[in-house]
Amino acid sequence: MKLYEVFLRAKAGLSHKHVGSVHATDAQMALQNARDLYTRREEGESIWVVDSREIISSNPSDKAAYFEPAEDKIYRHPDFYPIDKKVKNI
Amino acid sequence: MTAIYNYVLNLADNTLILGQRLSEWCGIGPFLEEDLALTNTALDIIGQAQMLLKLAVELKGEGTVDELAFIRDQHQFKNVILVEQSNGDYAQTMLRQYMMDVYHVHLYSVLSSSKQQQLAAIAEKSLKEVLYHKERSELWIKRMASGTDESQQRLQKALNFLWHYHHELFENSDEINELVQQGIAAKPDELHNKWEAEVKTLIASLPLEIPVTGWKATGGRAGHHSEYLGKILCEMQFLQRAYPNCEW
Repeated sequence: MKLYEVFLRAKAGLSHKHVGSVHATDAQMALQNARDLYTRREEGESIWVVDSREIISSNPSDKAAYFEPAEDKIYRHPDFYPIDKKVKNI
Repeated sequence: MTAIYNYVLNLADNTLILGQRLSEWCGIGPFLEEDLALTNTALDIIGQAQMLLKLAVELKGEGTVDELAFIRDQHQFKNVILVEQSNGDYAQTMLRQYMMDVYHVHLYSVLSSSKQQQLAAIAEKSLKEVLYHKERSELWIKRMASGTDESQQRLQKALNFLWHYHHELFENSDEINELVQQGIAAKPDELHNKWEAEVKTLIASLPLEIPVTGWKATGGRAGHHSEYLGKILCEMQFLQRAYPNCEW
């Protein structure tokens, strides 16, 4: 059986978030299994499933080269701007 | 009043016994995801049984849902014999499920505009559930029929065994005719035609053949059941019989 990654969108306007994975023999079964495993308690209103093999991931050994250069560049962070209280989900 | 009570009780018992049968797979399904998915289906169907039994109690004006589910004996159950058949292998479970799902989709579609308003409300709510159940069981049938030689053979064997049990879902009677006239019940011949058209179209598109024999199962609605029902009730009713009126 193949492994599929499951992404759920909790409600309109939000983005799909990774919630876990399911085993299935085909894409349709993966979608149904995701529905039955991850939306039993109204957790979502839209599901994406992706064949796990299709995901291209960064290599843990590249962690230093990829991510550490950002450490001392605090001016890239949006911390210096006040965010309007009415803006949710940012 | 007896006519509608019997009609609702037949629908209730079909779902109660099917739900109980499906629950037997809980924890021993073919793999984790499928185990959970089928258990979800079982819970939906037991939920339908609960609503229908509640309606039956209200129609009769006495008794409780628990009394109907846990105190009645075999001959008082009105379910069709199809739903009490053993789970067998997964092909047999899924074929029985597909047969019942197609039936429930057409039945609830009609009943959602029944003149009996509570029945219409139950049908409308349940229709959403059974549409999904059918999507699942239909895909399993397609997968098994066109999968390996073994899956195809197992499914054909299940079809040879279960096919003769579907006629009972569409049996007619004076009582049902009377309810059809009143706009309460679904017309059995029309349901039968819709069911056969859909199921035969699917089977014709797959490497499967419908068995030919004259035998048809009958008797469930009148309380004449197969040997399986007693064993199902033994398990399902154990707690209420060993500890009457217990609560937890």
